[in-house]
Amino acid sequence: MLKIGVLALQGAVREHVRAIEASGAEAVAVKRVEELSSLDGLVMPGGESTAMRRLIDKYNFLEPLKEFAQNKPVFGTCAGLILMAKRIQGQDSAHLELIDMTVERNAFGRQVDSFEADLMIHGVGEDFTGVFIRAPFIVEVGPEVEILSKHNDRIVAAKQGNFLCAAFHPELTDDYRLHQYFVNMVQSAKEVVA
Amino acid sequence: MLKTGTERVKRGMAEMQKGGVIMDVINAEQARIAEAAGAVAVMALERVPSDIRAAGGVARMADPTIVEEVLNAVSIPVMAKARIGHIVEARVLEAMGVDYIDESEVLTPADEVFHLLKSDYTVPFVCGARDLGEASRRIGEGASMLRTKGEPGTGNIVEAVRHMRMIQGQIRKVVAMSVDELMTEAKNLGAPFEVLLQIKKEGKLPVVNFAAGGIATPADAALMMQLGADGVFVGSGIFKSENPEKFARAIVEATTHYQDYKLIAELSKGLGTPMKGIDISTLAQSERMQERGW
Repeated sequence: MLKIGVLALQGAVREHVRAIEASGAEAVAVKRVEELSSLDGLVMPGGESTAMRRLIDKYNFLEPLKEFAQNKPVFGTCAGLILMAKRIQGQDSAHLELIDMTVERNAFGRQVDSFEADLMIHGVGEDFTGVFIRAPFIVEVGPEVEILSKHNDRIVAAKQGNFLCAAFHPELTDDYRLHQYFVNMVQSAKEVVA
Repeated sequence: MLKTGTERVKRGMAEMQKGGVIMDVINAEQARIAEAAGAVAVMALERVPSDIRAAGGVARMADPTIVEEVLNAVSIPVMAKARIGHIVEARVLEAMGVDYIDESEVLTPADEVFHLLKSDYTVPFVCGARDLGEASRRIGEGASMLRTKGEPGTGNIVEAVRHMRMIQGQIRKVVAMSVDELMTEAKNLGAPFEVLLQIKKEGKLPVVNFAAGGIATPADAALMMQLGADGVFVGSGIFKSENPEKFARAIVEATTHYQDYKLIAELSKGLGTPMKGIDISTLAQSERMQERGW
């Protein structure tokens, strides 16, 4: 069985664990660097990206995470998407710099502007409820990046090789299609290595 | 169709705060220290609870200047407190773009009979609770997040422990009950039947439940996490300590790694004196903030 970790420094970990399990893989909460070695893929959950980054630095997670991403799939939602971006608008530096894209934090406004909207996600399906909470969006992407979904002309989901990201929270719904899509990515990546 | 202020969006916001620490701050400088230390949100206040306690008199919503200053200083969510039942304070904070409102017993209640109808608002609310009845009533009114009341501004964890254990124990009881016993339990607790039914089905509260009221050390924060808290609020504890920056970082790490005792030992070294604290038995009934609201 595929084993997929959820980075558990802070944020909505339990919901991702449930969604991964419902998609037919084993899910584990990851709090330590050593735990990365046994995983086939990793989810970086929603939460506060500044808080997560501080804990990533504190426990020397940054390099091991980048190394992990060199040959294993990674899926980030909301704050996880921010951690994966190469560029963050208004900031001099980014975090893991995995996906060739520029993101804007809290791009839809404050919490009172948080919303739900129906999305069409390429390769996943229609009528996907996107739950956007103080969400970021993707301002622009490089040539290697495949745009999977847009909301009002703003990019809200994308894929680059082994990396998948969403500005919304599929883990807050009972619709596991996007998690299933990621589990399939993990399966394919494992088969290539084997 | 785009929908704002839905139950999922309001409760989801609190889900994203899980495993984190929310810190009381009274100005932009403190807010920046809290953010840099890894706080998942800050609570903008005019005075921290221990100072409210010392000052006496009527405690109200903070001056909007302070809330605005904090809103502009950090990128993490900003919460603010409104008095229990004060519809206008809550609407003012909502209009200012505050991310979460705490209908809080730390402030002097504006209404001793009715809490806010929180489902009416686009902004989500957090409320305090001492037991499952109180927790369920707040959920019934539309609270999107709960916290223990504890005894704010005392630096004494005993009341937060009492409230967390009480709620967890009552949840276990509800889960173990048969459905035909649930209406009587609802009557005994003063809880909406539908909320208890949902708790029974899911085996947990339908909203996030943080610990608050008296957390003064990293070990206190870790204790509350072990008792089942989803995260912690630290009020007076941080900026009343000798070295707020170090203290804030230590609390954040202890909350993440609440079962790593060697780490908590390291974190707790040389933190300086925590806030002095108050023995609850020395507080008169009228001085207990937890008795406010019902």
